[in-house]
Amino acid sequence: MTRRLENTSPIKVAGLNHWFGTGDARKQVIWDVNLSVTRGSLTVLMGPSGSGKTTVLTLMGCLREVHDGSVQLLGAELNGATEADAVALRRRLGFIFQAHNLHESLTASQNVLMGLEVHGRGDPAQQMRAAHHALELVGLADRLYYLPANLSGGQKQRVAVARALVSNPEIMFADEPTAALDKASGRTVVEILKSLGRERGTTTVMVTHDNRILELADRIVTLEDGRIVDDV
Amino acid sequence: MTAFLTVLFGRLPIGWLQLSHNRTRLFAAIAGVAFANLLVFVQLGILGALNNTTTAPYALFDADIIVSSADANTLTDGSNVARQRLFQAMSVPGVAEGAPLYMANLEWQRSDGNFSTLQSFGVGVDQTEFLAPDIAAEFNVLALEDTVLIDRTTRGLPGDMLGSISSRTPFIFEANGRTLSAIGTLAVGAGFSSDGTLFTSDQTFLRLFTNRSSGAPNHILLNVQDGIDLTVVVDRLREVLPLDSVQVNTMADAAAADRSYQTTERPTGIIFGFGVLIGVLVGIVIVYQILSVDVSDHLKEYATFKAMGYGHSFFLGIVFEEAIILALFGFIPGLLTSIALYAGLATATGLPIAMGPDRAAVVLLGTLLACIISGAVATRRLAGADPADLF
Ligand SMILES: Nc1ncnc2c1ncn2[C@@H]1O[C@H](COP(=O)(O)OP(=O)(O)OP(=O)(O)O)[C@@H](O)[C@H]1O
Ligand SMILES: [Mg+2]
Repeated sequence: MTRRLENTSPIKVAGLNHWFGTGDARKQVIWDVNLSVTRGSLTVLMGPSGSGKTTVLTLMGCLREVHDGSVQLLGAELNGATEADAVALRRRLGFIFQAHNLHESLTASQNVLMGLEVHGRGDPAQQMRAAHHALELVGLADRLYYLPANLSGGQKQRVAVARALVSNPEIMFADEPTAALDKASGRTVVEILKSLGRERGTTTVMVTHDNRILELADRIVTLEDGRIVDDV
Repeated sequence: MTAFLTVLFGRLPIGWLQLSHNRTRLFAAIAGVAFANLLVFVQLGILGALNNTTTAPYALFDADIIVSSADANTLTDGSNVARQRLFQAMSVPGVAEGAPLYMANLEWQRSDGNFSTLQSFGVGVDQTEFLAPDIAAEFNVLALEDTVLIDRTTRGLPGDMLGSISSRTPFIFEANGRTLSAIGTLAVGAGFSSDGTLFTSDQTFLRLFTNRSSGAPNHILLNVQDGIDLTVVVDRLREVLPLDSVQVNTMADAAAADRSYQTTERPTGIIFGFGVLIGVLVGIVIVYQILSVDVSDHLKEYATFKAMGYGHSFFLGIVFEEAIILALFGFIPGLLTSIALYAGLATATGLPIAMGPDRAAVVLLGTLLACIISGAVATRRLAGADPADLF
């Protein structure tokens, strides 16, 4: 039963408000956001700088506490969730950040392995094969043992994508994943995410300013001053 | 190393990879821990020598009870004891026999012009039951006037100067205006206040130290009758003897009290004990610095791991993994340098400074503990890793 609910809509946001700061500095930045995301789709969040895109993404991705309103993530209510619930939920998600945030001391395949080890002890050889396979998917089969310092910006971002997808996340959250990339690498990254949706049913929510990517989106949600002003 | 740790932890050894990635920081940290270990080892080495040399003279005797002046904290300080106390003590039920013990430092100017200070003991030749067996065995020949047993391990002696002494080939030397024949040897070694040890009969002792009188020995040694509880006899003696002028202790208690006095009340002991503390603090501070900088440098990566679903215990694991690696990697060079330094110090000072497995084990445990404490403090910085800040 829950399974079916998840299938229809892995993310359901209702009456979401959010404030930053306290006292006089307290400022509302999200106003009554309502949003339901379809499984396997690629949803793009757009809007001017400061409109609240990142805030909405971190609230939906269980990285920021929900204070007012409701966010249902994979069937679980985030408003009032404990840190332990949050940790468990995050393991079912994938994140791609604007900065790649690879660990400088780990090779490409070790960085990807970190995406698997969070799920506990498995067969190490099999985990390593999965990590290599993920790197092959993003076209880095020949860079398995490189440290981040020896990879280009686009390659690092692709390692980060491999790290996020290696554990087969149910939802992938990405915040301007292509901002630091050239046109071709940026498109490659988004195409990988798009194909994940087709092949594995992975839902993707992505913040981007990049017009070149919009044509790949299933749905475009536009925010302005913390409110949804357009949803197509 | 990485492969080994991966198998050991069942996960990538992030702490090790992080530490070994930044070689300069790793070596600085290891050097810091090794240095702190060295500090601690040197202080402990000297404290250990102080302990050993303090209790070593007690081992030369085989007495049950020692009566000393009330103002004596050690074997060597304190006033003399009236011989009258010996006779009083002998009348206490349970006391089998007693003997006066005379002590003084003998300044011996050697033929090369250098001085050696010999801690000299005078005991009656018919009272060898109060002496350790190996000394008692040599003692009967000391009935001859001006004969002594001398410490063949006296500090500063050139080569094997006293090694070939026997009653037939004595070593003749002059001290305090008398010509003495060393006709046997013993091995005690140097301490903090003397270079070696000398044994004579009480008669020779009193001729050698003309300012001393037979009526005022330094201590009185007592043996109790077989099968009688030592503490009972001590209690009886304390009732009979005037406690404002003398104190009565078992030999073992006296040695223990002397040792604790030397290490906790005398400047030498306090300074070196303090040194141990400083070493420990230096180690804790260095490791804390290294670990907290390392955590701060990786907050972004840790925040990413948090976003991926790693819980708090994972990050604690990384910090403690680093702490333990630093402890072990720092301890080994610290231990090796200390062993070398001990050898150097022992040669230079003649003091019994040596590394024992128990001391090495205690310092290793202490190092692990100190590093874990530092790590625990450094983990407070982990709170700065907030995945919401990543976007
Ligand atoms: N941690 C914070 N503390 C206080 N205010 C914040 C914080 N994070 C964001 N804000 C404010 O909230 C509002 C929305 O910010 P948010 O980062 O969500 O915008 P954005 O749409 O992602 O912008 P950009 O395109 O520049 O990334 C902005 O006014 C911002 O100043
Ligand atoms: Mg943003």
